[in-house]
Amino acid sequence: MYDCIIVGGGHNGLVCAAYLARARRSVLVLEAADQVGGAAVTREFAPGFKVSACAHLLHLMPGSLMRELGLDARGLRMAAAHLPSTAIAADQAPLALDPSDCSGLAARCAADAAAYPRYRQRLQRLGAALQPVLEATPPRLGTASWQDRWSWLRLGWRIRRLGRRDMRELLRIGGMCVQDLLDEQFDTPLLKGALGFDAVLGANLGPRSPGSVLPLLYRTAAEARSGSALAQPAGGIGAVSQALAAAVFAAGGQIRTGALVERILVNEDRVAGVVLASGERIAARQVISNADPKTTFLKLLGSEHLDTGFVRRVTGLRAGGVTAKLHLALGRLPQFTGVAPQALLGRLLLAPSLAYIERAFNHAKYGEFSAQPIIEVTVPSVSDPGLAPAGKHVLSALVQYAPYQLLAGWQHERVRFTQLIIDTLEQCAPGLRAGIEAAELLTPMDIEREFRINGGHWHHAELALDQFFMVRPVPGAAQYHTPMSGLYLCGAGCHPGGGVMGLAGRNAARQLLREAA
Amino acid sequence: MLTESQPHYRQPLLKTPFHERARALSQVDSFVAWAGYTTVDVFTFVEQEYFAIRNAATLYDLTPMVKYRIAGPDALRYLNRLMTRDLGKLRPKRVAYSIWCDDEGHLIDDGTVFHLGDSDYRLCTGERQLDWLLASAVGFDVQIAEVTSDIAALALQGPTSCAVLKNFGLDGVEQLKPFELGYFGMPAILGATGELMVSRTGFTGDLGYELWMHPEDAEAIWDGLMQAGRDCTIRPIGSRALNMARIEAGFLMPNVDFVSSERTLHVGTERSPIELGLGWLVDFRKGHFTGRRALLAEQARAPSRRLVGLDIDGDKPAHNALLYADRSGRRAVGSVTSATWSPTCKRNIALAMVDAPHFGTGGSIWAEIYLNRELVWQRRMARARVVERPFFAPERRRATPPADF
Repeated sequence: MYDCIIVGGGHNGLVCAAYLARARRSVLVLEAADQVGGAAVTREFAPGFKVSACAHLLHLMPGSLMRELGLDARGLRMAAAHLPSTAIAADQAPLALDPSDCSGLAARCAADAAAYPRYRQRLQRLGAALQPVLEATPPRLGTASWQDRWSWLRLGWRIRRLGRRDMRELLRIGGMCVQDLLDEQFDTPLLKGALGFDAVLGANLGPRSPGSVLPLLYRTAAEARSGSALAQPAGGIGAVSQALAAAVFAAGGQIRTGALVERILVNEDRVAGVVLASGERIAARQVISNADPKTTFLKLLGSEHLDTGFVRRVTGLRAGGVTAKLHLALGRLPQFTGVAPQALLGRLLLAPSLAYIERAFNHAKYGEFSAQPIIEVTVPSVSDPGLAPAGKHVLSALVQYAPYQLLAGWQHERVRFTQLIIDTLEQCAPGLRAGIEAAELLTPMDIEREFRINGGHWHHAELALDQFFMVRPVPGAAQYHTPMSGLYLCGAGCHPGGGVMGLAGRNAARQLLREAA
Repeated sequence: MLTESQPHYRQPLLKTPFHERARALSQVDSFVAWAGYTTVDVFTFVEQEYFAIRNAATLYDLTPMVKYRIAGPDALRYLNRLMTRDLGKLRPKRVAYSIWCDDEGHLIDDGTVFHLGDSDYRLCTGERQLDWLLASAVGFDVQIAEVTSDIAALALQGPTSCAVLKNFGLDGVEQLKPFELGYFGMPAILGATGELMVSRTGFTGDLGYELWMHPEDAEAIWDGLMQAGRDCTIRPIGSRALNMARIEAGFLMPNVDFVSSERTLHVGTERSPIELGLGWLVDFRKGHFTGRRALLAEQARAPSRRLVGLDIDGDKPAHNALLYADRSGRRAVGSVTSATWSPTCKRNIALAMVDAPHFGTGGSIWAEIYLNRELVWQRRMARARVVERPFFAPERRRATPPADF
């Protein structure tokens, strides 16, 4: 009999387990795969070539979390930190997106060069004001709870303290589309495309979709106290999970890999434990699910234990991913036209204009993949040569839009989309194709299968106004506890969402400890 | 029936298979809409039809009653998660009155569940509920289909109703127990073949049956029953007479005594089964059902209001009356939802939602009744006593076999 069983050893599950174990709970993490990490893993995709299989950069995990769990001491090291971002295009010179050095931008448009640092600073101020929201259980409306009232007061105070102009700006842009925001301030298409990219990355939104500023604010807020800015962990993102697992062990928690949870057991309207695919039953007082909400409620728990209205909300959760992941094993370092070697340490953003992104998004609306996709490229082997055989390289790219529900079906279209992405990259990096030794494309379908995320969405559920904060993932489960007594959520489907941040896991652990004190 | 040549927009209200028969017998041509059909409000006059319910036999066209077929391996699990009663206890060929709630434990609707056979059920409700029924089916291997227009239905109610059915030729119908259903060979005189499903159910609180048939057989069966019931002074009735009988029986009417929580617009106008006095239909021991956690929590709180029966001084029905704690009328404590003079009980009765602490049986409150005496309006404060329901429950409703009278 354990105090707590964590279903799924993704980074949030591990974070949650570590905090619970530190609070002297007996904790068991059950991970279906052979290694921990969920979608934050490093694995081989071609002989000798390793890559961060889903998430590939670390920029959201708060420093406080990394310190509390002692991840440094457990061997987590950054191969490169404070990574640069560079906008690229087939027919233009690259543009470095460094607010501290706008010389490249000034050469194109002096007004933009002046406006860009101001834009970054304001966004960072707003992000910093919102950041504490990410670190707490979302409050409920209309309750008599002091915890809820305190949360509202704190949020109100944070926003008020921004001052009149920033507060007004926050309220103004919160529901806006990112194209309107960027058109107000900039002229350079390449700059706007790259800035818009970060708003729609991972979201089923185009730059003209209402509410597309929200993911940008969210990202900026999470980055505000990031422990490592934009960084690449040595050994890939899986190294973060390995360090988290070490933190679990150090606190006395247990982890079992290769243990697929088939159902959550219920007794007398209370969770009693889990049963594994092997038939083994493990009893626990609390079950905390790192799985996505649909999997947790509809598959592991079963709608028979839930109310119809709640199930209807879970069924309606928008959770279809639009982001694919491309892995290339390269015989030589790719040469991106005009890109300085230093820039290859960081990420290259291929989204030459907002119109280009919107056109790419158009296809997704109709169940097609983008004819001209937007791409975030990293070559992690530049700073971390261990990922590839000597002298060879790994290219890891996030590609949009690749809708989960592809009308033509991914089994027929995977090869065609892979070739299309490579062709698109070839235009910016002539000779790339010739150097390819192996390629792997993970569509949302593949992400669903490999990481057991219903819909293959790396946030487990779309991060949008209607699935955000106090209604994430759905009302009735937005405070980490669920309608089923003893069942908690700790995954990316909860506030504050996905990305390798770990706050959903930490918030869930804290909430559980408060409730089950 | 909807066809290519008669699309729905040309017939905003459908006609039941009994429509032509009803129109021929209607003296006042008073029809009302019910669940998309036009049905009779009154044939002759209300009192005459009411007394037929209590003293003879009556036919009431039940076809607009919305019917769902619920079948499949998980049908029972599905129904038990949907409804508050334990339908595992409902044996085949039995019928149960049941209710279902939303997540907050507020009543959505009531209906009767017919256990037809192996994982095959029929649900009859006053209004369409397909959206909720389908939403409740997520995760269950069950098929749900609306079969309203596939089945014509008649209620045959009144003390001589069993005698009428025997005359009609349904051998053994007297053995049907309350809430039991049976299949009977179609009487030879009709020239029809096949079986007729009869259930001993009804909305009058009296001896009575409901007959479920193929629409093509509908007119022949109507004619046969009218013929077989001639000596029993059978007559068709409309919904107004039925309403008097159902108030006497203490039955609730959706949208009259409660509003479905799926339809309420104002917060606080939803009603829970506990408030409606239907707590006996809620089985907390059977496992989870929608609304269970909310109802458990509600049960642990002190009740704030309850639907009760009222016996009111005088003979003027307290339609829509506001209720007060004392005669001064200063402190409102609730309102009447249904009211009638009960000719059989010789009592002025009502169903009313009454606030705590005034809903205890034996308690006395005051009803504000408005009277129209030849266009001169008067306001009366009448004493109202909280009494047990039903107001009228004759032994004959349960007797098996029933007497012929």
